[in-house]
Amino acid sequence: MSRLTVDDLKRIKDQQKATFTLREGGSRVKVTVHMGTCGIAAGARKVMEALLDEINKSNVSDVAVTTSGCAGLCSKEPMATVELLNAAPVKYGSLNEEKMRKIFQDHILNGHPVEEYALVVGSETAY
Amino acid sequence: METYRTSVMLCGGTGCIAGGSLKLKKALDEEIKRRDLQKEVNVVLTGCNGFCAEGPVMTVYPDDIFYEKVTVADVPVIVEEHFIKGRPVGRLMYKEPVKKQTIPLMREIPFFSLQVLRALRNKGLIDAEKIDEYIARDGYQAAAKALTEMTSEQVVNEIKASGLRGRGGAGFPTGMKWEFCSKVKGEQKYILCNGDEGDPGAFMDRSVMEADPHVVLEGMIIGAKAIGANKGFIYVRAEYPLAVHRLQLAIAQAKEYGLLGNNIFGTGFNLDIEIYLGAGAFVCGEETALMRSLEGKRGMPRPRPPFPAVKGLWDCPTVLNNVETYANIPQIILNGADWYKTLGTEKSTGTKVFALSGAISNIGLIEVPMGIPLRKIIFDIGGGVPKGRKFKAVQLGGPSGGCIPEHLLDTPVTYEDIVQTGAIVGSGGMVVMNDLNCMVSVAKFFLEFTAEESCGKCPPCRVGTTLMLDLLTKITEGKGLETDIELLQDMSLDIIATSLCGLGQTAPNPVLTTIKYFRDEYESHIKEKWCKTGVCKELCTFYIDEEKCKACGACKRVCPQSAVAGEKKVAHRIDQSKCIQCRSCYEACKFDSVKIGPRSMRETVENITDQSALRDKMIETLAGKEE
Ligand SMILES: Cc1cc2nc3c(=O)[nH]c(=O)nc-3n(C[C@H](O)[C@H](O)[C@H](O)COP(=O)(O)O)c2cc1C
Repeated sequence: MSRLTVDDLKRIKDQQKATFTLREGGSRVKVTVHMGTCGIAAGARKVMEALLDEINKSNVSDVAVTTSGCAGLCSKEPMATVELLNAAPVKYGSLNEEKMRKIFQDHILNGHPVEEYALVVGSETAY
Repeated sequence: METYRTSVMLCGGTGCIAGGSLKLKKALDEEIKRRDLQKEVNVVLTGCNGFCAEGPVMTVYPDDIFYEKVTVADVPVIVEEHFIKGRPVGRLMYKEPVKKQTIPLMREIPFFSLQVLRALRNKGLIDAEKIDEYIARDGYQAAAKALTEMTSEQVVNEIKASGLRGRGGAGFPTGMKWEFCSKVKGEQKYILCNGDEGDPGAFMDRSVMEADPHVVLEGMIIGAKAIGANKGFIYVRAEYPLAVHRLQLAIAQAKEYGLLGNNIFGTGFNLDIEIYLGAGAFVCGEETALMRSLEGKRGMPRPRPPFPAVKGLWDCPTVLNNVETYANIPQIILNGADWYKTLGTEKSTGTKVFALSGAISNIGLIEVPMGIPLRKIIFDIGGGVPKGRKFKAVQLGGPSGGCIPEHLLDTPVTYEDIVQTGAIVGSGGMVVMNDLNCMVSVAKFFLEFTAEESCGKCPPCRVGTTLMLDLLTKITEGKGLETDIELLQDMSLDIIATSLCGLGQTAPNPVLTTIKYFRDEYESHIKEKWCKTGVCKELCTFYIDEEKCKACGACKRVCPQSAVAGEKKVAHRIDQSKCIQCRSCYEACKFDSVKIGPRSMRETVENITDQSALRDKMIETLAGKEE
């Protein structure tokens, strides 16, 4: 690495923006992937991977991803809940990688819930 | 750049490392790998989180869940329950001591929520060993601004306007110091950082150097620009190996990025910084002694003037500031003096870091706005005095400071208000004492320290502190005379007036303040041969009030001498010939039936065998003694 310029400082800062927004608690969207035994058996890990992959590719910095246990609706796993700041949470069921990617693009990035995958609107939060 | 969904900020401060956080880091990394989560969950070893009493501690983001006293055995549960299933582990969370309520979120725990972080703004948020993480939190932007957009005069004026005062103890306005030095002509000037931190019970500077080493470098770069220095030294005591290691790494990284060295940011400005290891002598924290020590000579103070700003290291114009002082500088340059002044009072602006220790629940490191009352620090942030004991005094400013009693706890913490009490804000050590502390012994403890650390150059300090220590020792052994209190006060004033450096000039403060606020304790030691706290072994008798005794056996169990006789349902009694005055029985008794009487009671207690006669005799003896 050669000598830094003032612009380099900004570049290094931007590269890490995502990590730090989360540490500093400044997230706009919270996505909860249900990772109970049932969720994992139904493929929740793949859904999580797809979500993290989309986040990395799109370079967004304000999406917090958490997990939760079984939500008691095991037949609809894998499930995920998306909560936008100041909006009711939306719970999605029977997910796979493609569906998660679409939810990421439409709901998380652009704010339009994907109604066809949605189970309920306005239910639980993580704790 | 990978984005992790979960970041685990594991405290890697000296306290938590001693508690096993390096083993925890390894266990966490392994378990995360075993569960194939290494792309999702990241463990970062940070600097001191501050809540040392609860260590090892960690905070999990983005949820902000705080775990305490974590062990390697807890790791699989945390990974399975929290990281995979999203169910934070309740039993590892902080429990509020009064209502026993669990508080999961770090930001809601009073110890953290009442603090305001400026000097410590990166603590627990960055990996102290990665310069990029420092840069991610606006690191080196203030240095860039100072070097590329500001003149030296503008830098000086901004710091002057902020009202920042030196955090090393004396509270001298930093901007003024820089201004003096910037106006002195000289080919070679030096910028120095004081990381000697010799006060017993203080660890503010160590934590800053461990948690955020780059902020110290950045502060020094800005200072160097202000005064026109091209060479800097950080003087750190060798007993701080982790701080030294992280500073060394930071300097190497900054050099690699061209943030130290020649032509920084292409401005033609040069600065090199080196670390100098101190051998841990308290006097070497004094500015002129520190410079002699840096020159490779014996660390002894010299008279001022000339001040170091004119003639300092190798007789060149030099500025020395404290670690925490430098940690405030980048924020002031970035956000401006007016922002800085939004906290604190008119004459004491900004925030101050304190190290809480002694008889306080939340031992650790805190940063609070200046002007906050002592009571709020000790009871709201510090969680008060543990084990149901009573607050007695708080010692501020270490061996140079003084003891502040209960009735002055509403004093705001500012340079000007604390001085009124006879103590000083000092560098930030805050040692809390409870009702088990003997204030004469406390004064003696500090005098032992200063007498030992006196460099010996000037007689008032060398001879004076030793004589004062002899007097205090005499008093604690029951050989004190009634005139000794006045003698101590007289000697104190002489030592303060005639000593060469700050060490002697402040060494009598603990004695003066304990006499001022706890004179009755000195008097009962001298006149009644009675140390009411049972600390001075020659001046007390431990006995059991047999009417109050519930015969529970608690005192009997803890007595290392088997000096307590008694069975179930039979009031216990202490055999004075076996008792070594260790006070274990007194602390173990839940019914307040172990009593501490004057020395003279030992014979009384021993010669009487009849229970009721003993009690009468005790009441008689005490009636004359109690005020
Ligand atoms: C005996 C003695 C010990 C001192 N120890 C320290 C110390 O450990 N750290 C420190 O920063 N200042 C210490 N000082 C104060 C320094 O002399 C000096 O005032 C300070 O480093 C200046 O920095 P500041 O203006 O940023 O506080 C000590 C002073 C005396 C008299």
